[in-house]
Formats: sequence, structure tokens, C-alpha cells
Amino acid sequence: MDKDNMDIVVRNLSKSFQAVKAVDDISFEVRTGELFGFLGPNGAGKTTTIKMITGLARPYSGTIITAGIDCSQNPKAAQHLIGAVPDESNLYPELTGFQNLCFCASLYGIGKAEREREAGRLLEVFGLSEAANRKFGGYSKGMKRKLTIAAGIIHKPRVLFLDEPTTGIDVASARALRVMIKDLNRQGTTIFLTTHYIEEAERLCDRIAFIVSGKIVATDTVQNLLKHHEGKHFLHVTHQGKNADIAEKLSASFDAMSFSFAKDNTFRVESSQPINITPLIKFLEELGIDVVEARRITPSLEEVFVRITGLEAETMQRDKEKKGGGK
Amino acid sequence: MKKWIAFWNILLKDMRTYYLKPPNISWGIIFPLAWTGMFLIRSGSGLDSIPALLPGLMAISILFGTTSMMAVTVTFEKKNSSFDRLLLAPISFDLLMLAKTSGAIFFGIINAIIPILLASLITDIHVASWPLLILAVFLIATVSTFLGLFIAIAVKEVFEAQTFSNFFRFPMIFLCGLFIPVAKLPIFLRPLSYILPLTYGVDIMQGLIRGGNVMPIPLAFAVLTAFCILIFVLNKHFIKKRWIT
Repeated sequence: MDKDNMDIVVRNLSKSFQAVKAVDDISFEVRTGELFGFLGPNGAGKTTTIKMITGLARPYSGTIITAGIDCSQNPKAAQHLIGAVPDESNLYPELTGFQNLCFCASLYGIGKAEREREAGRLLEVFGLSEAANRKFGGYSKGMKRKLTIAAGIIHKPRVLFLDEPTTGIDVASARALRVMIKDLNRQGTTIFLTTHYIEEAERLCDRIAFIVSGKIVATDTVQNLLKHHEGKHFLHVTHQGKNADIAEKLSASFDAMSFSFAKDNTFRVESSQPINITPLIKFLEELGIDVVEARRITPSLEEVFVRITGLEAETMQRDKEKKGGGK
Repeated sequence: MKKWIAFWNILLKDMRTYYLKPPNISWGIIFPLAWTGMFLIRSGSGLDSIPALLPGLMAISILFGTTSMMAVTVTFEKKNSSFDRLLLAPISFDLLMLAKTSGAIFFGIINAIIPILLASLITDIHVASWPLLILAVFLIATVSTFLGLFIAIAVKEVFEAQTFSNFFRFPMIFLCGLFIPVAKLPIFLRPLSYILPLTYGVDIMQGLIRGGNVMPIPLAFAVLTAFCILIFVLNKHFIKKRWIT
């Protein structure tokens, strides 16, 4: 692989917290100008990976090369080239929006006139001009996220790390943020995005890595990941009532289909043939199981994720919402 | 040049958001006033005792002002993760630590100037060398601020910062020769006095304001400077170890 075209090269990166392996021997690269998605449930190792690449955490082993600079021994070596937006807005509550942006720019050695001009421009771009002189502590969640992203890009970084940028904000703000992220990427910024929203990753990212329990289980373009499901048909069934042998009985009776069961009275049917719902429902009713809903699913990244990781996408989303997130 | 823009703005932000806030300014005035009043009443010898009290007052004002502010502000910024912004900035740990501590050092110096100003208004103060006194105040403020940062590194919560600060401060004010001369302390406590930086700062100030320093002033300056360097190096080591985990 040509390292000249790579903004991030990670090799055999590991990190443990006591007995827990947070990141387990992961390797990946992010190409220059790419929007790279890092997708996984809570505790998968997404934030720890970002912290190690940006220099906020020390790897146990492995190498990190950012924009051609080996940061394994000196994490500060490439910090002038990167911008980081953490999963929680961490600007200064007692400073105004404008003061926060100017302060963040000053940390990168930007002179007064330039940082004030850039702060004004970004406030305009992010629709925060009217709140420019209000204290950050009084901003809404969506406004805080926007300003935190603006603070992450005020020094025009070559590589931008976005950790769960749309978590915990309303739909309209999340949509506006996605447009901004895409625009930034179009303007040439390499973006490393972590998210637990599969559809967000599918919509935004050029390539995606799935991370589960500290290990990367798949990395590819969205198109290539979806190729595995070309010509396949899916059905999502929600039911009431239990039958101990339901899995075996279904597999025995419908051999052209494969079934994957979740804990919450749902299962997923996969087949290379179009799925005929009526015989399936009838069969279940004969087993004493009421079908509440049988929904055809258009193959999407969610199916790929479920197949590869064995995790239900909704479980991942619910975990995050318990933490105060939500879309 | 770029690095100094960062340095200056970190200092300026801290001055604006923490040190020049009205409650802190009033702390800087009320704290030494309260201690002066307390000592005057206790000594019973009126205004004549002020020159004797002044070194202690200045030292206590600096120690309490700097350690409290440093420990609390840094712990607060660590708690709400805004300190991560500074750790992500392309500046060295040395410069970052100097920028974060400069505000508190300045605050400590102001805390020491107030008792001198107040004392000079009500009685005659004779200082053997003003430049040396200012240097001593600067070094005491620096070493106390670095101790405040040491406390901030050791704790996670803001309330812990206050409690842990007292763990250092109270033994220090009782053992550094402020209340009882070191020579009059029980023999087993004397070695403790000599491992406390404030002992050397107080001795310099006592020498310069009323004479009667125990150690040669250049030696006390050298030890105080060594403490500053030692605690700075320790802080840098522990920041890397505990904050870049």
C-alpha cells in the first residue's frame, strides 16, 4: 500500500485497561481526503482508538503514522495537523462562542486578526452568529456540538477526528451537521468518523471499519460491504409466544432460508430466493406463535453489520441512548 | 512565536475566567486582612508586631491563594474534559505547564503584595532589599503553584482537590517556622521542616524584613529554586503518566 496517499496508518495497535483489552491488535489505514467510518457498539474501542491516534492515550503496542509522521514514540509530533472533536462538547462554559473559537485558534499559534476573522466566518457557516456573544454554557446541545466541531476545524486541520458527532442532538441539527461534515470532506479534509448510527456511516463514509470488542472485524467500502448481500432477501419478524425448538423446526421446514434469532422475540430471515411470507406465518401459528409483524428489509449496511458482528443494530443504538444520546 | 501565542492566550484566558473574577479579588484582600487581624489580636503588641508578622502573612497568603486556585481550576478543567483541548494543542508539556501555572503565580504575587501595601500604610516597613524580596515572593508563588498542580494531578474531583490541598498546607504552615521557629521545634520534627519549600521562603523573607534569618540567603534561594525545578519535573512526569493513560 502506498503510504504517501495515507493520512493515517495504524499497525497492530493494542491497549488494555487492567485485564480488559480495549483495543486488540488493530490495523487499518485512512487515505488522504477520505471520509472513514469507525462503526461499533459502546465499549468497542472507538474512542480509545481516537485517543491513541490523537495523543491523548498511550498505546500498549503498535505504530501510528499520521500524515507521514511516526507518532508512536512522540504523540505530539503531528498534533499541528489534526483536529479532534470529542464525543462530549468540551469547550469552556464561561467563555462566549466567539471567545471559545478564538482561544482554540490561538492554541495553534494563529494570530489575533486571522483567528477573529476565521471565528466570525465559522460562526456564520454553522448558523451561530446570533449566539456569538452568548456564553457556551447557555447553548443548547445542538449548538454546543456545532461550536465544538467549529473549534475542531478552526486551525484548518489536514485530518479531523469526529467522535459520535450527532449523538444526543435533534434530527434537524444532526442532518445539518452531516451536511457540514460532507462539505468539509469535499473541501479536502480527511475525516475519521466514529458513530454507532449505521445509516449515518452508510450515508457519509467512503470506507467503513466495523469494530467489536476491540477488534476490527471488517473494513471495506460501503459498496463492497453491500455486495455480499446482492440478490439476497431479508425479512424481520416480531412474534409473541415461545417454542423451545422454533429455530430447528423453522430450519428443517424452510431449508432455503437461514434464521438468526435475537433475545427480544424477533428473528431475521435471509434467503437467496424471494421470501413468501404466508407459509411462514402459518407455520409459526401452528407452533403456537403469534406473528406481530413481518417486515421485508431492503439490504443495507445494517444487515451487513448484523451478519458480520452478530450484534443487533438496535441494541447498539439503545445502549447509546441509555447514555443520554439519541438522534 | 506560534507557541508563545498559545502560551499568552492560555494565561490570558485563565486570568479572565478565574483569577480576575470579583470573588477571587476579594479573596486576595480579605484573606490577608483576616490573618493580620487574627495575629494582631493574638500577639497583643499592636502595630509594632506587624513587621514580625508580615513574612508569615505573605507566605500564608501566597500558599493558600496559589494552591487553592491551581488545584481547583485544573481539576475542574480535567473534569469537564476542556483540559484535553490543551493536551491536544501542538505545544510541549513544558510550555503548557508554564502557561497554566503562570496565572496562579501572578495571583500568588498579588496575594503577597496586598499585605505589604496594607502594612506600609499603617506602620514603617523596612526591607533590606526589595529586588530580593520580590524574587523570594516569586519563588514562593512558583513553588506553591507547582504544588497546587501536583495536587490537581493526584485527584479526580474538585472537592478532593481542596481536601488534599490541606494535607500539604497545614503541616507546612506549622512546620516552616511561621508560628514556631524551626530551632524550637521538637528535634524529630526539624528534618520535616527542611523538606518543606516554604521553610526556605519564610526564612528569606524574615531575613529581609526584620533580620534574623537562620540560613544564608543565597543558600535558601538555591534550595527554593531547586524545589521549583524538582516539583516541575515531577509534575511533568505525572501528567504524562496519569493524564496520557
